[in-house]
Amino acid sequence: MLENKEHKVIGTRPIRHDGVDKVTGRALYGADFQAAGLLHGRVLRSPHAHARIISIDTSRAEALPGVKGIVTAKDIPDAGDKIADLGEGAVNLKYLCDNILASDKVLYKGHAVAAVAATNPHIAEEACTLIDVEYEVLPPVLEVRQAMEPDAPLLHEHIRTTSLGETAEEPSNVASHIQHKLGDPEKGFAAADIVVEREFITGTVHQGYIEPHNATAHYNADGQLTIWCSTQGAFTVREQVAEILQYPISKIKVVPMEIGGGFGGKISVYIKPVAALLAKKTGKPVKVLMNRSDVFEGTGPTPASFIRVKMGATKEGKITAAEAYLAFEAGAYPGSPVGPGAMCIFAPYNIEHVIIDGYDVVVNKPKTAPYRAPGAPNAAFGSETVVDEIAEKLGIDPLEIRLLNAAKEGDRRADGPVHPRIGCIETVEAAKAHPHYTAPNGKKHHGRGVASGYWFNIGLESSVTINVNSDGTINLIEGSTDIGGTRASIAMQAAEVLGISAESVNPSVVDTNSVGYTAVTGGSRTTYATGYAAYEAAQDVKRQMIARAAILWEVDEANVQFADGEFSSINGKEEQISFRDLCGRLGETGGPIVGSGTVNPGGAGGAYATHVVDVAVDEETGKVDILRYTAVQDAGKAIHPSYVEGQIQGGAVQGIGWALNEEYIYNDEGTMTNASFLDYRMPTCLDLPMIDAVIVEVPNPGHPYGVRGVGEVPIVPPMAAIANAIYDAIGIRMTELPMSPDRLLKAMGKI
Amino acid sequence: MRDFSYIAATTIPEAVALLGEKGESARILAGGTDLIVQVREARRDVDWMIDIKSIPEVNVLDYNAATGLVLGAAVECYKIYANDAICDAYPSLIDATKIIGGTAIQGRAGVGGNLCNASPAADGIPPLIVLNATCVIAGPNGERELPVEQFCTAPGQTALQKGEMLVSLKIPAPESNSSSYYLRFIPRNEMDIAVVGAGASVTLDAAKETIVSARIALAAVAPTPLFAEEASALLAGREVSDEAINAAAEAAQAIARPISDMRGTAEQRTHLVGVLTRRALNGAIQRVQEAT
Repeated sequence: MLENKEHKVIGTRPIRHDGVDKVTGRALYGADFQAAGLLHGRVLRSPHAHARIISIDTSRAEALPGVKGIVTAKDIPDAGDKIADLGEGAVNLKYLCDNILASDKVLYKGHAVAAVAATNPHIAEEACTLIDVEYEVLPPVLEVRQAMEPDAPLLHEHIRTTSLGETAEEPSNVASHIQHKLGDPEKGFAAADIVVEREFITGTVHQGYIEPHNATAHYNADGQLTIWCSTQGAFTVREQVAEILQYPISKIKVVPMEIGGGFGGKISVYIKPVAALLAKKTGKPVKVLMNRSDVFEGTGPTPASFIRVKMGATKEGKITAAEAYLAFEAGAYPGSPVGPGAMCIFAPYNIEHVIIDGYDVVVNKPKTAPYRAPGAPNAAFGSETVVDEIAEKLGIDPLEIRLLNAAKEGDRRADGPVHPRIGCIETVEAAKAHPHYTAPNGKKHHGRGVASGYWFNIGLESSVTINVNSDGTINLIEGSTDIGGTRASIAMQAAEVLGISAESVNPSVVDTNSVGYTAVTGGSRTTYATGYAAYEAAQDVKRQMIARAAILWEVDEANVQFADGEFSSINGKEEQISFRDLCGRLGETGGPIVGSGTVNPGGAGGAYATHVVDVAVDEETGKVDILRYTAVQDAGKAIHPSYVEGQIQGGAVQGIGWALNEEYIYNDEGTMTNASFLDYRMPTCLDLPMIDAVIVEVPNPGHPYGVRGVGEVPIVPPMAAIANAIYDAIGIRMTELPMSPDRLLKAMGKI
Repeated sequence: MRDFSYIAATTIPEAVALLGEKGESARILAGGTDLIVQVREARRDVDWMIDIKSIPEVNVLDYNAATGLVLGAAVECYKIYANDAICDAYPSLIDATKIIGGTAIQGRAGVGGNLCNASPAADGIPPLIVLNATCVIAGPNGERELPVEQFCTAPGQTALQKGEMLVSLKIPAPESNSSSYYLRFIPRNEMDIAVVGAGASVTLDAAKETIVSARIALAAVAPTPLFAEEASALLAGREVSDEAINAAAEAAQAIARPISDMRGTAEQRTHLVGVLTRRALNGAIQRVQEAT
């Protein structure tokens, strides 16, 4: 199915269709939304990390002039034991509802308890202080290993560990245990000349999208509910709101506004159902905005984890066996990304004997949400550090040992799937050949590290409609939130099929009433799957246009060919017409042309990355500076190389933040003490060198142009690459994230 | 954000009268880069904001090589570092004004406001201490002066009495063969509050080999910025040497009383006091030695 011919549009770098509006400030985001009679909502959040709600008295708040409505969990229909199927997996509906507005217990500081709609945001804020909530405060459990202790405080009395098909008798914070096994690990370790085993701890980190969550909801008099919001998937908002409110999807329209970043964090709903509840109660449109501390404390970060990795190798460097123990914090409700972590942990290698155990554990922190390759970065921090140590102890170059063991087409991943054509080897080879890898780096306390990473990517459903305009342009209607330049990368695939320029395509991201079902922008799927749908829709247009040319020339369709934007008649008449001119003659040949494409492709094709980083460690302060960074990645086919590079750079930067300074810092009561961008330290431009993004193209056989998703895998290698560089600089293996200055000082014995 | 009333005073007596009249619920508004945020985040209850930016005395920026500097309480950071003579005379003050917030903040925030906000981690205060600044305070009973190291009394608390306001800071003219230096430790390269800050000023002899006098000040290691008096005194009369500098750094560490919080641990801070004191002293000495 792969098209191997030269491309005219694909691989070029046109200006993105949404670019001018965004850089001139005209693009409309959720917070910009205005409507007549708009009310403003504010959510009251729990001051406790773990408490039983005894009572909620809203009477004083209701009496405040300007307050128009207050809602609590009592306003949400009773969920019972229903399991909601939300496309990306089944979810216990009670958990979903309780995370929106707590009913019986609050399970983290910042857990939503009630919400107020008022005539302005200040009144709503003041009203929240007048809601009297009586709590029975319970001891919080804030760390995964503590939560797994038999005598740990229980978050949910009814959770029993499900383990390999069995359900335990006693309640526990361990929601589930999974295991993947390949070969005979004992035998594999027995064959090893060297075995390295290390334990790792990673902190809780947030996606840190610049735009806080927002939602405006309004019920028409006929019961039609419209929600304007920032989301990674308008259809998933529709599904979640429908489940939570027990309201038909046909009566809900979700309008996606522009999005100011998501990285996985804008898939789950938080304030959207709350805005709807307030809108229903007041009969007015209600806008709810989060502030930054709401975002940190009330939305899903990616979890902290405890990881143990053991790997064995022969003295020649062949890895004989690998074992991993992954315990992930799910936050308040089950559902950590330990599954994906277990899928990815040893995926860059072909290892005969593997055992991986994963544990999903609830703790008194916000329910985790996806964040770029969820679970894989935690896991790779462990495995890629151990691989580095094995290489070092055997005296083998760290990229050479990766090449020696690299996964390739036909190898089996420990969790089952057999790799299709993948580019693992190619990324390692490109890193090895890059001038960065051979540049001198001998200064005192300077170090160089490398690491690889894998993310499997996903397909899922996408729909695209193309309306052909009489001037030779097309309007491309899609349902995928554009976070990283996907209007352009999708439009370019349609343009390539039709032989027109990227600028001749007008892409629009529309509401849930206006396009076919489209799954979330997540799993690095949008350029792959929605691009695939655009390809199909363009093929549909092409077929119809050929039929019109045939009508025009009174020949058989089989005698019309289309190449380089020109339709021509073969066999007999020497007729020719451009795509543009034929667009002007649709009326006389049968009327308008609408093309459509829908897909649910199975061949997403996994993505690999290998990163090289140079650091300088200030031995007196423990501060690590990133001196040089090269990120190599297999993009399959880079539709728009600039936006692929942007994704690679962004992922590397977020990984640098995760590696060095980002973490939720909690006090003993379970309050996050750094819930602001001042003290939650993401890297700024002054903390970063230019990230050199190197694109490798090993075409994905599961896409007509060979596309692989590129958005997630670049965040997988940085933590281990930086840890390995720190080791190279000062001879100390850092096994806890973030590798902040105080932890380095401790590790160096300075404090 | 709760409602508050705003009033712009045009003279010192008017501002002082308003402060007396409104009492505890009134705050002086200069740059507002701390105050507005505190009110918005409900960390400070304010009913009245008294804007002093229209008062001439708080906008004075007057440097005279013989008499020193008068720095009005509302003078913004960017005006300080745009003045070449001040940059030459008080480099530690410039070090600080260039790292208080970003460029936009430096267009509003001033050193006087930084002082009155009385954060233990204020970057603006250690330079004032090492430069021997004096606070000029106006109140119901007229004007009084106070050494800057006595101004902060606790986090967010100052020696200002009811009805009093800071008018300006007076900094003596630099002696010959002297310079100063301020630095802070932050985990990133910008956009952070000091984990520890350290300032130093030194005066060397004519040969630039012996320390005549020195002053060391620390931030973020006690409830208020500290003047490290003993550490400073240790250096007087000592030859410039690692030994002398290390001794001063150790003495500075001895007075640090840091806490552990989200910005750093107590042990880390105590350790950093030693590192930064050495770097501040060496930085100041180097500036003297490199000056022609």
